[in-house]
Amino acid sequence: MDLMQILAAGVLATIGPVTAGYALSAIGLNLQFGYAGLLNFGHVASMLVGAYGTAMTVEFGGPLWLGLIVGVVAAVLLGLLLGLPTLRLRADYFAITSIAAAEVLRLVVRSSWAEPLTGGVFGLQGFGRDFHALNPFPTSELYGFGQFVVTGRALWVILVGWALVLLATLFIARLIKSPWGRVLKAIREDEDATRSLGRNVFAYKLQALMIGGGIASLAGILFALEQQSIHPDAFQPRITFLLFVMVILGGAGSIWGAVLGAAVFGFLFYATDALMARLQANVDFVGAIFSPAEAGLIKYILVGVALMLLMAFRPQGLLRSRDEGRADGS
Amino acid sequence: MKVEPMGPELEIAHQPGVAKPDPVLTIDGMQRAFGGLMAVNIDHLEIQRNTITSIIGPNGAGKTTLFNLLTGFESPDRGQYSLDGEMLVGVPAHQVAQRGMVRTFQLTKVLPRLTVLENMLVAAKAQPGATFRGAVVGGWQRAERQNEEQARGILQRFGLTAMADEYAGRLSGGQRKLLEMARALMARPTVVMLDEPTAGVNPVLIQSLLEHVKGLKASGMTVLFVEHDMDVVQSISDWVVVVGEGQVIAEGPPGAIARNPAVIEAYLGQHRGEDVE
Amino acid sequence: MSRPVRLLLVLAGTLIILASPLSALAQDETIGGTLVYRAADERTPVEGVTISVSQDGTEIGSAVSDAEGRWEVPLPGPGTYQVTLEVTTLPEGVGLTDPTKVELPNVNVLSGQRRSVIFPLGEGGVVGPAVYGRIGALLVAGFKLGATIALAAVGLSLIYGVTRLVNFAHAELVTLGAVLAYAFHAPGFGPSLPLVLASIPAVILVAGFGGLQSRYLWRPLRKRGTALLSLMVVSIGLSFALRSLIQLTFGGQPVAYPDFAGQPAIPVLGIPMVPKHLVTIGVTIVILFLVTQFLQRSRAGTAMRAVADDRDLAESSGINVDRVIHITWILAAFLAALGGVFYGLNESVSYEMGFRILLLLFAAVVLGGLGTAYGVMVGGFVVGIVVEMSTLVLPAELKVVSGLLILIVMLLVRPQGIFGSRERIG
Repeated sequence: MDLMQILAAGVLATIGPVTAGYALSAIGLNLQFGYAGLLNFGHVASMLVGAYGTAMTVEFGGPLWLGLIVGVVAAVLLGLLLGLPTLRLRADYFAITSIAAAEVLRLVVRSSWAEPLTGGVFGLQGFGRDFHALNPFPTSELYGFGQFVVTGRALWVILVGWALVLLATLFIARLIKSPWGRVLKAIREDEDATRSLGRNVFAYKLQALMIGGGIASLAGILFALEQQSIHPDAFQPRITFLLFVMVILGGAGSIWGAVLGAAVFGFLFYATDALMARLQANVDFVGAIFSPAEAGLIKYILVGVALMLLMAFRPQGLLRSRDEGRADGS
Repeated sequence: MKVEPMGPELEIAHQPGVAKPDPVLTIDGMQRAFGGLMAVNIDHLEIQRNTITSIIGPNGAGKTTLFNLLTGFESPDRGQYSLDGEMLVGVPAHQVAQRGMVRTFQLTKVLPRLTVLENMLVAAKAQPGATFRGAVVGGWQRAERQNEEQARGILQRFGLTAMADEYAGRLSGGQRKLLEMARALMARPTVVMLDEPTAGVNPVLIQSLLEHVKGLKASGMTVLFVEHDMDVVQSISDWVVVVGEGQVIAEGPPGAIARNPAVIEAYLGQHRGEDVE
Repeated sequence: MSRPVRLLLVLAGTLIILASPLSALAQDETIGGTLVYRAADERTPVEGVTISVSQDGTEIGSAVSDAEGRWEVPLPGPGTYQVTLEVTTLPEGVGLTDPTKVELPNVNVLSGQRRSVIFPLGEGGVVGPAVYGRIGALLVAGFKLGATIALAAVGLSLIYGVTRLVNFAHAELVTLGAVLAYAFHAPGFGPSLPLVLASIPAVILVAGFGGLQSRYLWRPLRKRGTALLSLMVVSIGLSFALRSLIQLTFGGQPVAYPDFAGQPAIPVLGIPMVPKHLVTIGVTIVILFLVTQFLQRSRAGTAMRAVADDRDLAESSGINVDRVIHITWILAAFLAALGGVFYGLNESVSYEMGFRILLLLFAAVVLGGLGTAYGVMVGGFVVGIVVEMSTLVLPAELKVVSGLLILIVMLLVRPQGIFGSRERIG
């Protein structure tokens, strides 16, 4: 067994486009959950809308830049549509509705009804050519050293992805450090108190939902362009829960927390995966217990357990001082 | 009906719903029921400007519901009420606050994971950076500095300067009450509504808290507060409104209220005709 | 090694997992057939008839028969599928020779197989009666689905009532009930009990699991003062972990209980009725009635309502709130598991059956009023019926969407639910 290979799998996954995409989406969720206290269990819907908005625009002959705008605008509008009726209600109602709305969207997109537009269960392919045509790196050339090598194609997506992550984080930092961000945090702490001080809580929550959705749509678009293919079942509710783990891992309500959480999560997730795959293949005892597919499930069980433990014991994230956590006491 | 002075120059009848010379708050025919229970049912009530008016009544009399209705946290089934002549029915809570009526809560609501100073700044009225556009565009730092100056001034008055940069979650119960009151002032209110400001506060602190309440009046505000402790009510109120089963059953200056048979009955239950004093 | 043996290990609570053959990743599976109308000796192809294929309520695809009566639906992979002929698309004068065979519930497709199925068509099937029969059949199907939803949703609502927790892991109690019943029931495994008997230990074990969860997970978290929103995230984590664990031990493919499989329908007043569906509905109504009696008359039930109504008041009047919460969890888990057994009986058993129905549980709970018991029972049946009836106007693959639309419309119009009021539980 080669420890180096497992490590390399983890590291490559950490810097890879998938982690960049998750980091983007987690930044959006962090604004909603970490700062505004919104329990958006349907966050994956913003990614779906972004990805399909872009893919469908290109599919019907639009240019890529228009597709990007359509994707982001559609996700922002989704936040508006979802938020208008539900954000006035209690937090638990919002949680229920958000996950229901996300599933409605996924089911409609995959239905034969919508197939002429969305490709139904088979999805859409080949809408990202213009994006890859912009790639300045020769696609099949290899970059890196030792075990850590990526193709020129991947490097292009990685650079674009992490540039977006950086921009999104700086944007969020500007918002959060402003009085607007302070009101958002106040809402997370106590809605009624914030309302009694003359702040329109509903409007702030709606804004957070829309902005978070817009940022998450970039993640969906990135995934779609990277793979040159989308299908509705890539946007299962489980994606939202992975994102919650990342946000809480990195520290809900801290500016770099979402990025840190996505990176740590990406490393652990894929290193575990590589480790289990290797154990399964090479160690007779493990191979006898698990099939390859089953070995792949272990990481999901760990994700669930991690989410419970983090929320129960370190809700302030792995790195944050316990100071702020302790301030929570009544 | 007896007529007693209210403040240095006013003479008003001690009867429920009596008109005041300069009411800041007027309530007409306000009703709110929960299921079959009429929680608030007020024909007419006026609150005189720049006074300390306490609202008293037994548990479940509808005092907190009245507060919630007035400040837009709940809406009445029917009725009208106005602040400075402006109708408040249907006005959402945050706008009520913007119009100058700010409340505190029975169970203190500080924002624990914000610092004391940040707690104050959330309430700051003039801050262009509090809107999304303002936050993106920037240029709110000047307003921020002015607000911070105002906030530190108020914190000093309330003896919280040393705690300004601590998380509010680390304050003691009494300090939280003080912060809540100080924070309300940041919104530059005309009417301050305090829901049981002394509940759960260390007796040593109560005196200084009451001094602050008097201070609010001295600086021109109207204070409306719900209180259980009759000693507190007697010592600082200009006027007392007694509610029972959602209705105003008596009002008058504190001395007269203590002798009012309707009030004694409401507090002590079925003792009609007995000598309770 | 066989799946039942592995199920025993779930029961024992161990994590020793045995190997199972990995299904090949062949891509070419299809379901298809040729629709032919037989009158006397003549065979005429039937064109323009819609046939849809679904898996556990999720539509995979549909096809319309061509001029030769041929149709084919591509599949994502091997597995068990439901194939439905849309009766309304049949031409006038043509009907199924056996009206109950409008849906083939368990069509098993092997890796790489192009499976063909037959819908025998003949004379009759005049449009009027067919629609009447279809509405009747959908109504029964709605009550049947509603029974599972009502059973599981009552518990979800009761737990909310006493603890204010929206428990996303409730779905896995449903799944666990069905899966454990399969473990006790499936042939080749220890007891191989008839399903009726096998469901008893299954439901008891899940009820116990509910109690343990309450005692060793939720109570300590409450005592730590964990915020309700955080608890909801914990329940999401638990749901995720349990679902993956069940998938790991039980496998990813849906299976059916051997007992009562393929039970033929008996026409009652022209409506095809499957006995097991009627039994499901009947037993559910009896159980729900017993639950109302329990809440109204028993000490524990009264205490439950008191805690739901005003926890502090209940505590100060001497009720042991923690005990009441534990009992509520046990009852809720019991009902959810029972609902799971019925769901497995009428559809199929799979690791994600609970999660699939979870959103419909929420719809029922919101419809009836979060925290109420009787309202949610009614809400469960309403959601079940609306979901099934919606196939009259919507494609079958979108029927779940109709249930979720109820949820959203309710939140817009009357968020406290039809029956929601001050008395939160009774």
